[in-house]
Amino acid sequence: MLRHRLSTLLAVIYAAALFGFIFLPVAVLVLFSFQDGRLPVPPFNGFSLQWYEAIFADRKLMAALLNSLIVATASSAVACLLGFMAAYGFARYRLPGSVLQRGLLIAPMTVSYLIIALGLLTVLNTLGIGLSLWTVGIGHVVINLPLCFAIIYSSMGDHHVNIERAARDLGASDWKVMLLVTAPMLMPSILASFFLSVTFSWDEFIIAFLLSRFNVTLPVEIWSLLRSGLNPKTNAIGSVVFLASIALLAILELTLFRKKNTP
Amino acid sequence: MTAAVSIRTVSRLFHQFTALNEVSLEIAAGEFIVLLGPSGCGKTTLLSILGGFLLPSSGQVLIADKDMTFVPPARRPTTTMFQDYALFPHMCLRDNVGFGLRMRGMARAERYEKALGFLDLVGLKASSAKKPHELSGGQRQRVALARALAVDPDVLLLDEPLGALDLKLRRQMQDELKAIQKRVGTTFVHVTHDQEEAMAIADRIVVMNAGRIEDVGAPAEIYMRPKSLFSAGFMGEVNFLDGKAMARDGDDVLVETPLGRLALPATAFTAGEARAGQKLSLVIRPEHFRGPAETAGSPGSLSLGEARITSSAFFGTHQRCHVAPVSSPSSSLVVHMPQTAQLADGVCVPLAVQAADIVALPAVTEA
Amino acid sequence: MTTLSLENADRRKAWGFVAPALVWTVAFFVVPFLFMAAMSLWSRQGREIVRAWNLDNYLRFFGENALLKGLTNSLEITLTVTVLSVLLAYPLAWIIAERVPKRFQRTALILAILPFWTSYVVRSYSWLLVLTKNGVINQALLGIGIISEPLEIASTRTATVIGFVHFFVMLLTLTIYANLVQLSPNYRRAAADLGANGLQTFWHVILPLTLPGIMTGAFLTFVLCIGDYITPQILGGNNELVLPQIIMLQIGRRADLPMASALSIVLMLAVTLAYALCARWLKIDRV
Repeated sequence: MLRHRLSTLLAVIYAAALFGFIFLPVAVLVLFSFQDGRLPVPPFNGFSLQWYEAIFADRKLMAALLNSLIVATASSAVACLLGFMAAYGFARYRLPGSVLQRGLLIAPMTVSYLIIALGLLTVLNTLGIGLSLWTVGIGHVVINLPLCFAIIYSSMGDHHVNIERAARDLGASDWKVMLLVTAPMLMPSILASFFLSVTFSWDEFIIAFLLSRFNVTLPVEIWSLLRSGLNPKTNAIGSVVFLASIALLAILELTLFRKKNTP
Repeated sequence: MTAAVSIRTVSRLFHQFTALNEVSLEIAAGEFIVLLGPSGCGKTTLLSILGGFLLPSSGQVLIADKDMTFVPPARRPTTTMFQDYALFPHMCLRDNVGFGLRMRGMARAERYEKALGFLDLVGLKASSAKKPHELSGGQRQRVALARALAVDPDVLLLDEPLGALDLKLRRQMQDELKAIQKRVGTTFVHVTHDQEEAMAIADRIVVMNAGRIEDVGAPAEIYMRPKSLFSAGFMGEVNFLDGKAMARDGDDVLVETPLGRLALPATAFTAGEARAGQKLSLVIRPEHFRGPAETAGSPGSLSLGEARITSSAFFGTHQRCHVAPVSSPSSSLVVHMPQTAQLADGVCVPLAVQAADIVALPAVTEA
Repeated sequence: MTTLSLENADRRKAWGFVAPALVWTVAFFVVPFLFMAAMSLWSRQGREIVRAWNLDNYLRFFGENALLKGLTNSLEITLTVTVLSVLLAYPLAWIIAERVPKRFQRTALILAILPFWTSYVVRSYSWLLVLTKNGVINQALLGIGIISEPLEIASTRTATVIGFVHFFVMLLTLTIYANLVQLSPNYRRAAADLGANGLQTFWHVILPLTLPGIMTGAFLTFVLCIGDYITPQILGGNNELVLPQIIMLQIGRRADLPMASALSIVLMLAVTLAYALCARWLKIDRV
């Protein structure tokens, strides 16, 4: 009994210490976003919303936020669509060399984003094509396509085939089957890969940094903010992103995932 | 080694649900006892309590006359054979079987020798260097048995160990389990939902339902002389006939049934003497029905009138027929007819049964 | 997978489904990669890129101390981060999986990885705030009286390691937890049944069974850490640059794409080597 009490105490101390370590930077970030003063370091002078006003007034920042949203949703949609079609093709038909091809589709997951960005940069540079949000989007599809493909492919089970066969039997064309039968059946994994892609694209820095010029995404704009040193403005935008993500996560958890859990 | 187990009014509740309701049972040392029942009856819960993985909400568990109710699994003289075998995948068979010995601090050489001995007992000594994933289901099960026996437990607990095997392998393993148990003499407590398996291997069967013990006894006793309606129905196919106890006739009791008035001996009442006017349920097994040729004039034979065959199917050793008694056409009985009998739907056959084969139990009263 | 048909018409259909994804991958991943590999064998002279095949860039890498140091810095930091993160994350994953009541486990896990949802850039910046000369840590230590002068933690290798460990402890807690939870509880019961106490069960049964999962997590940590530019750039200062920082220098300040390409290939080789070692190790200890 005593040994159990002791080990429980140790466990509590360890967990508390580690949770403290994990939350320390976030706590500091959010706290000093309300700093009534110029520096986001102690002492904490008092509550002020001036930095939140500042970021919402910062047009470049707001534009970057919008750009991030657009690039994230657009590139994720493309990645999902391509991934779904490819998963469908590989799962339902026997193609020669499919193992190699599937490996090829997964390959970009194993390569550092820096290298992917550099590759695209060298090509664009040589071909004289300008950098823009489009090039960023292309890069993001490259990193998210393997993910979407892998997730959707692994969820296409044999038991789905009979349902599709039944649909065909009843007269549906291939496109109709795919649209009205397969896609809805796989909606959980399609949605999962979409949201995962949005998360990765939204926060992605190095590809966005190297492949954009004038219009940038949020992480790149925040990076520029960092050039000006420690600034509560950065705290504010960081807190906004954090709290918005948490809110979205909470909503998803309570609606989508809760529904999945109840039989 | 071996030891007797005493379970004294053990109850176990999970929040609102009563898994075990004041269960008491005495198990003799060296006995092969089988806990039998449908899923949810509490047999696995009882086994977990015996193994120390679960604490009873009330009651006691004694092993070899020592109170073991709160003793953890590591220090109990029991070992468990789990349903999924739980062989350690990263260890070879020899290390798996020797694991318990290692925990007891046995030196390596001695440990290996003993482990190989137990692998030999189950016929897998040659595979001692293999890993569990290289073996078939039946082989893994044998290793699990060897591992459990290697630490010389007083009581071996088996949690539906044969469930994952196909029929032929299961029959084979049943024989092997019985043989090994006789050899080592350890008390075996075996959980299953398969009544055929229970009858094949048990010294005694404990029939459980909804957290209670319905019946305890040797296989033949439980099958032929069930003490509860549930037990009668669970052990095999059965016909229930409504009856009402009327009066005594010497040593017999007269029972009024839709098929006539029957004189049943006192031995038919396994759950206590009948009172006059008591509603009864007579238990008649399909194979106990006799044809006229067999029963002509034999004492103790009761005629049940005639019945019309409504359907029949050939089952190899017998023909299984549904019949509707002429005196009660809306009811249906299941009867086993001889293999070579000429049967056709609509034909009337006379039914008779030995009085000694009938069991009379109190009827279920609708609450 | 069950197949529907092998007829020609169906095969064309199949290609139709699969082609877009393949074309995209080839056009925007494979080709650029090959192009970059080719460029690593060219060189920059003045403002032009001379397309003469040579190994100059690679030779410079092995020759120039500063460049080689970049690789060693990367390796040292990455290995330190990987080991530390695993050692810190495992107990936390264990506590959540074993000691926290089942119905709170999901919440505990989500809390443990919550800071994931800050932007990566912002997260590193937050550590800068914490570790800087007049940041929370220094002011707390000064206040208590443990130190008399603020510590120089920010803009050092230590800060980089702290920033990395923070991220990867969260990642590894998640992966190790997932690994622990899918172990059949009967392994633990069987070990206890056979006489093992908690420590013995962990050492002989749980640890070996979770080792493959740990190795996978460690490998993931290695790959992500060695290729990261953000955390070292924000927290590491300008003294001990890691390879990604040097690569970015070549792209930005020096506009030397061939050199950058060559260094990227070196980085890739380091990762491939780690992968080969990991795969070999996992094969040896197949469960």
